[in-house]
Amino acid sequence: MITIFVNVQPKANILDPQGKTIQHALKNLGFQSIQEIRIGKRIKINIEVDNVKEATAKVQEMCEKLLINPLIEEYSLEVVS
Amino acid sequence: MIKFGVVIFPGSNCDADAIYAVSQVAKQAVIPIWHKDTQIPDVDCIILPGGFSYGDYLRPGAVASRSPVIQTIKRYAVNGGKVIGICNGFQVLVETNLLPGVLLTNQSTRFISRMVTLEVQNNETPFTCLFQKNQSIRIPIAHKDGNYFADADSIRMIQQNHQIVFTYQNNPNGSVNDIAGICNREKNVLGLMPHPERACESLTGSSDGLLVFQSIVDSCKETK
Repeated sequence: MITIFVNVQPKANILDPQGKTIQHALKNLGFQSIQEIRIGKRIKINIEVDNVKEATAKVQEMCEKLLINPLIEEYSLEVVS
Repeated sequence: MIKFGVVIFPGSNCDADAIYAVSQVAKQAVIPIWHKDTQIPDVDCIILPGGFSYGDYLRPGAVASRSPVIQTIKRYAVNGGKVIGICNGFQVLVETNLLPGVLLTNQSTRFISRMVTLEVQNNETPFTCLFQKNQSIRIPIAHKDGNYFADADSIRMIQQNHQIVFTYQNNPNGSVNDIAGICNREKNVLGLMPHPERACESLTGSSDGLLVFQSIVDSCKETK
């Protein structure tokens, strides 16, 4: 079995109100050095295929078909075998 | 009588309101359509109602836009069938790519539920033909993810093609260009965040929304 994490981030030009809110809250707690906080998500996929190449291709396809909206999100894959 | 179809997803919660508005107030026929159906009945207009389809998991409208019934509705729309997506239905339409752009979380990050004033920007659509151009109307909103966004090129395109149908008078959620509702190029698909089905009788504070459904009825009669 191969595990792949999909790391999703809001694109740079997209406003991330959740990140902004958390940023303000942390600044109020004294973390003045924070430059920016952007909140994304991490999706764990366990997949039963022969090799990493095939797993990556499958997950890529999942991203294109459903997991990612390319208008607002970018992503990277992280393979854990 | 005009026949409406109302699509019901798990998590839809304005389907009953839409059915009530169309059948009891606008006095038209209405057929519920289940999300797993791959065939749709012969209807004149399809309503994608508000709610939280599939719990709004992943992104609002994302899972619904990949459901079996949507593939059929896509073909129906491409062939000129009228489709109106209200609130979550609007989110489904952008995720389906039947409409451009996307709906982000409100700038305030809050769920906003209140009456708003809209301006009718385009009254030459099947959904707005009974309104006056620039008419101010009152219809409620109830959403957390209604902040319309599209890149500058897309905005230029939808402006050029007169696809902006409704704008907010006092932008409640941060939508670009105050956009509350847009249609496709061909004008047979409309998506809007406000809830016209909740503003069909004066009892609910406004009956301006009824004109949306009556416009659809009128335009269907014209093409029949």
